[in-house]
Amino acid sequence: MATVAPTAPGYAGMRAVDVIIEWLSTTDHKKIGLLYIFTALGFALVGGAFSLVMRTELAQTGTIIGDETYNQLFTMHGSIMLFLFILPVAAGFMNYIVPLQIGAPDMAFPRMNALSYWMFAFGGIMMVSSFAFSGGSASAGWTSYPPVASNTGANAQPLGAGTDLWLVGVVILGAASTAGAINFLTTIFKLRAPGMTMFRLPLFTWTTLVTSFLVLLATPVLASALIMLFVDRNGAGGAFFDPTGQGGQVLLWQNLFWFYSHPAVYIMILPPMGVVSEIIPVFSRKPLFGYRSMVLAIVGIGLLGFIVWAHHMFTTGGVFLPFFMASTFLIAVPTGVKFFNWISTMFRGAVTLPTAMLFAIGFLMLFLIGGITGVFHAAVPVDFHLHDTYFVVSHLHYVLATGAAFGILAAVYFWFPKMIGRLLNEGLGKLHFWSAFIGANMLFWPQLMLGLDGMPRRINDYAANDGWELMNLISTVGAFIVAAGMIPFLFNILYSWKYGEEAGDDPWEANTLEWATSSPPPAHNFNRLIPVKSERPLFDHRMAESGTGAGGASDSQPAAPQDG
Amino acid sequence: MATQAQPMPQTPFLRRIFVGDEPMTVGLWGMVFFIFSELMFFSGLIAAYLALREDAVVWAPTNGGHVLGADFRPVFFTILLVLSSIPMQWAAMAIRQGKRRQLRWGLFLTLFLGVAFIINTGVEWATLDFGIGDGPYGATFYILTGFHGAHVIGGLIFIFTLWLRTYLGHFDAKRNTAVEAASMYWHFVDVVWILVFSLLFLA
Repeated sequence: MATVAPTAPGYAGMRAVDVIIEWLSTTDHKKIGLLYIFTALGFALVGGAFSLVMRTELAQTGTIIGDETYNQLFTMHGSIMLFLFILPVAAGFMNYIVPLQIGAPDMAFPRMNALSYWMFAFGGIMMVSSFAFSGGSASAGWTSYPPVASNTGANAQPLGAGTDLWLVGVVILGAASTAGAINFLTTIFKLRAPGMTMFRLPLFTWTTLVTSFLVLLATPVLASALIMLFVDRNGAGGAFFDPTGQGGQVLLWQNLFWFYSHPAVYIMILPPMGVVSEIIPVFSRKPLFGYRSMVLAIVGIGLLGFIVWAHHMFTTGGVFLPFFMASTFLIAVPTGVKFFNWISTMFRGAVTLPTAMLFAIGFLMLFLIGGITGVFHAAVPVDFHLHDTYFVVSHLHYVLATGAAFGILAAVYFWFPKMIGRLLNEGLGKLHFWSAFIGANMLFWPQLMLGLDGMPRRINDYAANDGWELMNLISTVGAFIVAAGMIPFLFNILYSWKYGEEAGDDPWEANTLEWATSSPPPAHNFNRLIPVKSERPLFDHRMAESGTGAGGASDSQPAAPQDG
Repeated sequence: MATQAQPMPQTPFLRRIFVGDEPMTVGLWGMVFFIFSELMFFSGLIAAYLALREDAVVWAPTNGGHVLGADFRPVFFTILLVLSSIPMQWAAMAIRQGKRRQLRWGLFLTLFLGVAFIINTGVEWATLDFGIGDGPYGATFYILTGFHGAHVIGGLIFIFTLWLRTYLGHFDAKRNTAVEAASMYWHFVDVVWILVFSLLFLA
């Protein structure tokens, strides 16, 4: 256990082509996880570049790029960031970490796991390739509402092949994540090591479990809607969703779409919440406060996530407002429990602030803004004012672009040593964190004010006498600060991969099983498995090894109560 | 490694959950979750059908009611599909006792009835006087029967593969997860058809 595996184990004598074939044909959950993570980061750079173009366009009045191009950019920015960055990068970490955390040798269905990855990769390429076709990419927004996305009835300028490619691409991506969900659920239910009961599962594994249930039950509904829209555009003549055609219903699309896409918000935010729940106890040197309440809060968010979808449709007049308003308010309760637990974990702990912890705390602060602005929208009268303004844009970016993405970046800094065997550079990491934190607030806070002032979303120009120029300019500067912060981050990954400080098996003195094997782990994950007698098996093991018993030198609090 | 570490009980543990000493092997859990996702997929389609039908000004453009008029073909092939669950279950029960010959016959009969169902669906499609472009009525009819048919074809490919594998000497009293999974899936496809049939032809 003392030896550190080299960065590229066993590749010394192999030809480059064999190494490539090994990676392309792998069924190892760790390699598939890394493939997911790096493919998703690649897509994120594309989606991020689109957002810089859009912010440049909005910095001043007047237009640089045309309306059609702008429509394509915001559509593909949203689609790429949701479907090709946050969902798959979380799937990548889940792939890599969950089998290790539960002491399993691999996923339950390794070949299906590889199939999921390749469906994601090709679905993503299909979606992005639509730029090459006449008419450009999809441009009806990531929500693809008919009749804008239809090509029938009164739609004077039907969208081209890009929309069809987008629809098929999302169906394939949905199939990939559904297959992944089946895999995660089976893995977590069946492949846990002896002693790893459900209430000893690490929190990241719990969020994976609940997320997988949401994916399993919500994604097929989106797939059915996408297929119906595809048929609508190619043969059925708008019979499903275009009322100007043959009696379709636009609200039907919105109901089916948000039945997936609201749970999708929790699919995107729960894994980062799990990451934060792993990181905060480790760098506070305390057990997580309220483990069971945390689990119940995750399950509660998952359940409530299914009955709130119509709060996206308040202004349509076609939904029952009081029910969806009340159920949406309820979601603040389990979320509040989680915040209470995170803060209580840090309270009176021996808190240290490496980059992973900084991003975790940044997640708490920025996701809090995202969550509270969400409660604004849940109130129907307020929503009538804010609907389709930049307030919505800012809210969803505080939730996803700072919330979920900060959680994912925290995961990168936390688990990179396990995956690669070397630590990321802390100086560059802190530079990255502060530019991201300051830049993101400069980017999104002015958008809240613009939204309150009535600036609509999805526009590429505004009048000079609207008084929106200063705030838009600040927002654009913020976007470029965030983008500049990516340079030390990417350099850090490349540099530390080769020259970083060697991590050893457990650089953070963490609690969970993934740190009880070498970094990176061997192909079969564990040579020997330590006994699991609480939700912090590695902590128990360290205490037993050092002979100090519970409440030892490095931790300020005794071990968590044993679980029945 | 540590002083108190124990060897990982990999072989017996993984053998138990993968091969079939337990009633629910890993493969069957996967199939159960898959069926739940399929259920949600059909829920989406059926929700669309119900919503469109509820608000339609004129629902059925051709014969004023439902597809089933004097034509009893749908009833006939519904009976075929429901019957096909019996040999499938017979086959799954046979292989639990290691009777591979009976398994082979069960799979063959299931295949026969399933193919007959698909052929009937094709003939039905060819004889109907409305298409997928004929308003919500036609669109929902073809998308429901079409996706159900696609699932039947998927099940037939699954069962055909199993049938071929019996000739390779696969499956015995313990190693039969694939047969059990196929049986679960086939019953599911059957139940979905009863739902779709009731909605399209009876309701």
